[in-house]
Amino acid sequence: MFDYSMAEIGNIVVMQGFSGISLFSVLLLMALGLAVIFGQMGVINMAHGEFMALGAYTTVLFSQVAVSYDIVSYYFIFAIVAAFIIAFIVGYLVEYGLIRHLYKRPLDTLLATWGLSLIMQQAFRSIFGAKEVSATLPDWLLGSFQPTPDIDIPINGVFVLVLAAVVTAGVYIFMFRSRWGLRMRATVQNRIMAGAVGINTKKVDRVTFALGCGIAGVAGAAFTTIASTGPTTGSLYIVDSFMVVVFGGAASLLGTIASAFGIAQAQSILQFFMTSSMGKVATLMVIVGILMMRPEGLFASKLRK
Amino acid sequence: MTYFNRRRFMTGMGALVGALLTAGIMSAPSMAADFPTAKVNTTKLAVTDKTVKVGILHSATGTMAISETGSIQAEKLAIAQINAMGGVLGRKIEVIQEDGASDWPTFAEKSKKLLVNDKVATVFGCWTSASRKAALPVFEKENGLLFYPTFYEGLEQSKNVFYTGQEATQQILAGLDWIAKEKKAKTFYLIGSDYIWPRTSMKIARKHIEQHLGGKVVGEEYIALGDTQFGSVINKIKLKKPDIIYAAVVGGSNVAWFKQLNAAGLNSSKQTMLTISVTEDEVLGIGGENLAGFYSAMKYFQSQKNPSNEKFVAEFKKMWGPKSVIGDVTQAAYLGPWLWKAAVERAGSFDVDKVAAALPGYEFKDAPEGYVKVDANHHLWSKLRIGKWRTDGQADVVFESELIAPDPFPKGYQ
Repeated sequence: MFDYSMAEIGNIVVMQGFSGISLFSVLLLMALGLAVIFGQMGVINMAHGEFMALGAYTTVLFSQVAVSYDIVSYYFIFAIVAAFIIAFIVGYLVEYGLIRHLYKRPLDTLLATWGLSLIMQQAFRSIFGAKEVSATLPDWLLGSFQPTPDIDIPINGVFVLVLAAVVTAGVYIFMFRSRWGLRMRATVQNRIMAGAVGINTKKVDRVTFALGCGIAGVAGAAFTTIASTGPTTGSLYIVDSFMVVVFGGAASLLGTIASAFGIAQAQSILQFFMTSSMGKVATLMVIVGILMMRPEGLFASKLRK
Repeated sequence: MTYFNRRRFMTGMGALVGALLTAGIMSAPSMAADFPTAKVNTTKLAVTDKTVKVGILHSATGTMAISETGSIQAEKLAIAQINAMGGVLGRKIEVIQEDGASDWPTFAEKSKKLLVNDKVATVFGCWTSASRKAALPVFEKENGLLFYPTFYEGLEQSKNVFYTGQEATQQILAGLDWIAKEKKAKTFYLIGSDYIWPRTSMKIARKHIEQHLGGKVVGEEYIALGDTQFGSVINKIKLKKPDIIYAAVVGGSNVAWFKQLNAAGLNSSKQTMLTISVTEDEVLGIGGENLAGFYSAMKYFQSQKNPSNEKFVAEFKKMWGPKSVIGDVTQAAYLGPWLWKAAVERAGSFDVDKVAAALPGYEFKDAPEGYVKVDANHHLWSKLRIGKWRTDGQADVVFESELIAPDPFPKGYQ
């Protein structure tokens, strides 16, 4: 490590710092939707990854249409909105058809949503084929931004970062500054009392679940800039998503953010100094260790169960 | 030493048997009547006067379906073409297709079903090494015949299996020689997914670089399967500035790897890369623009110009759609049914032992990839080609090696 110039090391530190932040934004986007569903409703949604894949496939479809009409430069923003809407609608229907019958049976919810994830995977395979597909990206999302000739900041990383910030701010405003959020929080804290003061708790559940799915759809759309989309893409993301939410403390938005940041930085730095797989192992060991000491996660919820 | 003696002996036997049998077959057209079922089938396989049953065993569902679909398509095309020509020994081939479902124990179970219940004369199948390792004991116990299409890590040889893809040394050594000479490369960065094939391949590559090329390996890295975050690895590569990145990343990770390399400014104008895990199939997902200018080492590229390849590509597209592409393994899978047909005709029998004995020494002169020959060790002699990727997802073949002997147990590389 000593045969490099100071300038080179400086450049690597900058790029490595960005790669940590970029991983943070990816983890945060993955986990936000789950944090809403798992944190606010206590539903373990094993099909979370498939809702991401749904958003990703929506984006791919949009890109194919955009290519045939030669409007590649603009479609991506619309694709993200559409990914949210479609995942929201599917989530709404799933809650209505499946989840609402299982609120008092958490283990059955786990099984049912896992089954749902298999159904969705097979549906993707039947509709879009078994091969992985990629969205055609607009030019402004490709390449890198170079503040100096030796520093490359990937533009897609910046894009995911900005999107993660916007979505997080949106979720925050929705939950803590809007009437809907107030009803949602009231229902979480005391369902019976919330019902007694005239809140339609069933509707709140449905919207909460659909919102979580919609955010997953946005995450999926954003990830088409990083990786490809296949029928089983979702299952790659689900473990990381749960890890972030559980480590952060289930019912806390701030916890999710802190946990995503911590995991991302630890993993990114360890992977630089160790090999890639050992870096991941070391990160998981730290998480296991901390969870043994703080089973409720970093930011324990102050709810009375 | 005993190994080499045995191999020579087997080659000799194979050639002798082959010569005797070809002499008999060339003079007469192969009509079913000339080959009574009682004679060509002494081991109770599913062979009648009109038909012969064979198995296809790949993953049509699960994560591996992405890769294995092409092999299924190629095998079905070859079988349809053989049937159109009158079948094998005058018998039409009937296919029984089973789904391995990307689950290794399922491959063993379905192999048993094909061999014991259906009594198929041969099976074309398996893709990952894990699925082959799971099915192998079944094929050896039930004395079945398997044609395996994927390029793989070597270190295996079975009397019941023919390997139509390349083993590791065929794919690795000539490619490294070429790129080291062409680019005057001294430093190499090895990166692969974390399982047996990349690890074995990189072990061979490292030995070759250090002992034969006088080069230096400045980094060796394995990525968990399915991992899509390469930021730290890419920064390490930027710090080490290797002359060559030598890559064997597979699946969804592969797409993320190339996209992020490009996004980080490491495109082919700044960095030379030789990969052994990208075929035309993978390019569909990665996108030609992310690959343009990088090199792949394979034995087959769809763009190869020779009459039998042009015919193969045209008929493949006619059967499976104009958008379909053909990668290395798809072509190797296509060879399977043709090699089996040749072996059955050389043996004048469907009996597994006779067919397996008849195939070594056979020369397939106009395969789509070009000339190949079956070695006594059940692998193929083939050439290695280096393709330089274009933005349209096809590769220009920039180098073609001499014919390389298969060597699944390479001395000095283990």
